[in-house]
Amino acid sequence: MINPRISSLLLAVLLAGVLPAQAEPVSGYAYLTAEMQAMQNDDFGNPGMLAVDAGETLFALPGENGKSCASCHGEGGEKLDVRQLARYPVYSKRLQRPVTLRSRILLCRNERLGGPPLAYGDEAALQLEAFVRHLARGQTVDVDISGPMAPYYAAGEKRFHTRYGQVDIACHQCHDYHAGKHFRGQLLTQGQTNGFPAYRFTEGHVVGLQERITQCLTNLRAEPYAIGSPEYRDLEIYMSARSNGLKIETPAIRY
Amino acid sequence: MHMKPTRHLCLLLLTAMVRQPVIAAERSPTQPPYQDWQAENYAIEQPLGGLVGVPERGRAIAGDQHRGNCLACHVLPIAEEKFQGDLGPPLAGIGARQSVGMIRLHVVDQSRFNPETVMPGFYRPPQQLNRVAPSLRGTTWLTAQEIEDVVAWLATLK
Repeated sequence: MINPRISSLLLAVLLAGVLPAQAEPVSGYAYLTAEMQAMQNDDFGNPGMLAVDAGETLFALPGENGKSCASCHGEGGEKLDVRQLARYPVYSKRLQRPVTLRSRILLCRNERLGGPPLAYGDEAALQLEAFVRHLARGQTVDVDISGPMAPYYAAGEKRFHTRYGQVDIACHQCHDYHAGKHFRGQLLTQGQTNGFPAYRFTEGHVVGLQERITQCLTNLRAEPYAIGSPEYRDLEIYMSARSNGLKIETPAIRY
Repeated sequence: MHMKPTRHLCLLLLTAMVRQPVIAAERSPTQPPYQDWQAENYAIEQPLGGLVGVPERGRAIAGDQHRGNCLACHVLPIAEEKFQGDLGPPLAGIGARQSVGMIRLHVVDQSRFNPETVMPGFYRPPQQLNRVAPSLRGTTWLTAQEIEDVVAWLATLK
């Protein structure tokens, strides 16, 4: 008989071979064709820059009280701490809950500029996020999931591993197990978040991470959650931390 | 923007995939009621609802991205379809390797073989599914007849 300790070690080694946990994070950039990589690299050819430019205009647009985002954060947002931007989602002690980058922008804007508030799913909110996140391009994703963030991260991790819809597939089954393989003509990526908001080549416009998850759930023939919902926030926390170590590419180009 | 013809085709396919739920939703009101099935020894011996499959129709369903879309993940002997996926194993010769009953269970509910499978259950009991789009609740991906057609075709691949 084999010593039970040795046999459980053997079993662990075997399982490690059959059940690939996610290895090193690889940016979706690596799965693009050379032509599309070149398109992403060129700010004049990258169609995602249209959303960034629209966001920059909104950033400088005064609200009803005459103030704009730029009034505090600088004309091109140069007073923002780009390393802090790479840490989102973060825990807000004041609100006693996590905030995504987009919810931080909206909270700030809706509290201080006056006028009708922007909703999480508004295109202007997406454009503002694209502009602000783009300022941190090249920074390393660095999401802290310790302390009060831990339960939200765990909830997002659980969702990432939950089967959805009539297609009955969980996120990790494609993006952890099958990245690099072909779904008909489409190359599956690891589903990393470092490029978002990103220009989706197949959709022809810029989407945020939560809009992208909605597209995925719709393909799974599932009922998506609402943009800005706690369910998506938790998924965004888990998926963002899963991208820790990658460089921000906003606005990336993705299929 | 200049694109190669293959790129256009690729885009078409992808756009079609995005549209899938809408097409399925249009089909659902006419879908016949769900037929319960029994698996034994990793096989469903009895055809669903006692229906008889037609191989030619099964081949069309397997290649059709709005229906079976088996090609999304499997390489199949359908030469005219250029884009064939590789998430699952190639299925040429499957009819020689497995019994009809076993093929039927693979198509109906692959999770009976492997609980961690990425393969959808094309005739899984609808009540076992999580958060299905409201317009599709209570329905299966393929109808019992479509399952039998696909199984009949796969069984001819020897």
